[in-house]
Amino acid sequence: MTNLTIGKAINAGLRAAMEHDPKVLVMGEDVGRLGGVFRVTDGLHKDFGADRVIDTPLAESGIVGTAIGMAMRGYRPVVEIQFDGFFFPAANQTFTQLAKMRRRSAGTLSMPVVMRIPYGGGIGAVEHHSESPESYFLHTAGLRVISVANAVDAYWMIQQAIRSEDPVIFLEPKRRYYEKAEVDTEASIAEATPMGAARVARPGTDATLLAYGPMVKTALQAAEADTDHSIEVIDLRSLSPVDYPTIVESVKKTGRLVVAHEATLTGGPGAEIAARITEECFYHLESPVIRVAAFDTPYPQSRLEEYYLPDLDRVLDGVDRAFAY
Amino acid sequence: MSDTTVHEEPELIQLLTPEGELTGHPDYPLEITADEIRDLYRDLVLVRRFDSEAVSLQRQGELGLWASLLGQEAAQIGSGRALRGTDMAFPSYREHGVAWCRGVEPKELLGMFRGVTNGGWDPHEHGFHLYTIVIGSQALHATGYAMGVQRDGAVGEDGTAVITYFGDGATSQGDTNEAFNFASVNNAPVVFFCQNNQWAISEPLERQARVPIYKRASGFGFPGLRVDGNDVLAVLAVTRAALDNAREGNGPTLVEAFTYRMGAHTTNDDPSRYRNAAELEEWKAKDPILRVRRHLENNGLADEGFFASVDAEADALGEKVRTQCRNLPDPGPLDIFHEVYAEPNVHIDRQRAEYAEYLASFEAEGVR
Repeated sequence: MTNLTIGKAINAGLRAAMEHDPKVLVMGEDVGRLGGVFRVTDGLHKDFGADRVIDTPLAESGIVGTAIGMAMRGYRPVVEIQFDGFFFPAANQTFTQLAKMRRRSAGTLSMPVVMRIPYGGGIGAVEHHSESPESYFLHTAGLRVISVANAVDAYWMIQQAIRSEDPVIFLEPKRRYYEKAEVDTEASIAEATPMGAARVARPGTDATLLAYGPMVKTALQAAEADTDHSIEVIDLRSLSPVDYPTIVESVKKTGRLVVAHEATLTGGPGAEIAARITEECFYHLESPVIRVAAFDTPYPQSRLEEYYLPDLDRVLDGVDRAFAY
Repeated sequence: MSDTTVHEEPELIQLLTPEGELTGHPDYPLEITADEIRDLYRDLVLVRRFDSEAVSLQRQGELGLWASLLGQEAAQIGSGRALRGTDMAFPSYREHGVAWCRGVEPKELLGMFRGVTNGGWDPHEHGFHLYTIVIGSQALHATGYAMGVQRDGAVGEDGTAVITYFGDGATSQGDTNEAFNFASVNNAPVVFFCQNNQWAISEPLERQARVPIYKRASGFGFPGLRVDGNDVLAVLAVTRAALDNAREGNGPTLVEAFTYRMGAHTTNDDPSRYRNAAELEEWKAKDPILRVRRHLENNGLADEGFFASVDAEADALGEKVRTQCRNLPDPGPLDIFHEVYAEPNVHIDRQRAEYAEYLASFEAEGVR
């Protein structure tokens, strides 16, 4: 067992994937000698060389577009988008090309591209450094979207994402990069939980609290803080596709669902999950599905982010609202 | 794969040597008085002080981040002072020296890096657009603005010129190259001012370009030139000529100001991880302020009293910057909902009302 932060676990997972498969490449801005602005690719340039760890020109569209060409040539590029807000210049290549290539080629072409994106707020950053753009990805057919909440998942899911034949958006909760856990790096990847599966992070009986990425920790804290109820916490892990059987099983037991995320409310992941759970669990629900999300505004200046981001109190307020029915 | 660079030594337009000797340049005659050179010196010293105070404020936790302009003062003051009041500038996020020239108060810039605003100054009031963080985006805005200037007929000797600032890294972005092309085919009155400070965070210039940046312009069909970005007089002369060329209807110019980022990319960055100290020492010898001081001293254009008065003014500015920064009011929680839409919006109204009620519930309980 190795005690790793989420950041170091992704680094170790990248290293393992690069050792396993010589076709795995890392590409991005400052990922080489610097090791990335969050040091997630630290040491890879030194050990695998500049042909496999590529400091790209400063152009996100170029990074994703060339990764598509690399994938066509048989490589498995892992691209880093330095911050969530810098994904947008790459939107065209991602949405019109990467996501649709399999369909356009009638299944001839695979796009085993992983796009790593540090995302979410809470680090006191200037604008475009705290965004939660997951809804755009969820809305795009052809992309898989996952987010990790702990170092164990970070280590295995980056490797699973790299082995996937589909393009994977790998969302890294930047404010949780330094959260630690014991990781068994000697275990077999075959035994790791599949990256598409949700995980019951804390069992409970009275309400289900669903979160992913940076909000999982907050959800667990809320479950601990609510001493009046037994709260089951689910770490969604995969945002697209969603592991509905795990959620449905939980909600049929608890009768209440609260979904928490940093993405904005309207058209967010919670909206889609609420609709589906209402369909599948209608006769088991004791209350409407409650969403706790960021407001429908641009991410505010950092002095307001403590108000903007759903925090422990707002998650508890959401749980209270569920119990008010 | 080889990592060789195409080596060329392009002409560097310089008027003032690092030793402080005013050599002049045949293509860029600059008539300048001693008073004006002293004013430029004052600008350079003051913006460096503003910048170093901001770095200190970040270290003290008063700012979330700061992007230092250290080493790029001449590129910014020279170009900023070349602008007329009616001209319009589109900066990236490091142009504190240009902001200074445009009369933007330090507290406006500090507010953004402190996290109390997202910018917030009036771009039209100052002829200085908001800082743009997503690399290269502003080059297109500047070009479109310049196309508007054309359509307004604001062309001629009294016309309006537009300038946009970006770095060497930004020349890799699609938006920047699209701006070059839009400006070219429209003959737009815009000056592309690239501060080539040699580093895009950790990536040296050769990761962005195999040819000197100014040479890009010829491929797009307009002139490009390289100026000594640490020579405030050369930057002033070259930028003024490029702006005049634009305002008189002769189209865009790419000015590559060859300079050096003497500090970190931002206060979050540690350049010791990727560049060696010798390079910094080499550039310190080309310091943009030192050469002006030498020129003034060697030619008897300023006495000790002058330098002391500028230093005193810098001290006062430092005090003002610290005070302004610490006194910046925090926005209230409901500010989150302000200025999202021009017209009333039911989502926003509802969420603001619900959030106000939620916050009030804590006040009622006396816990928040």
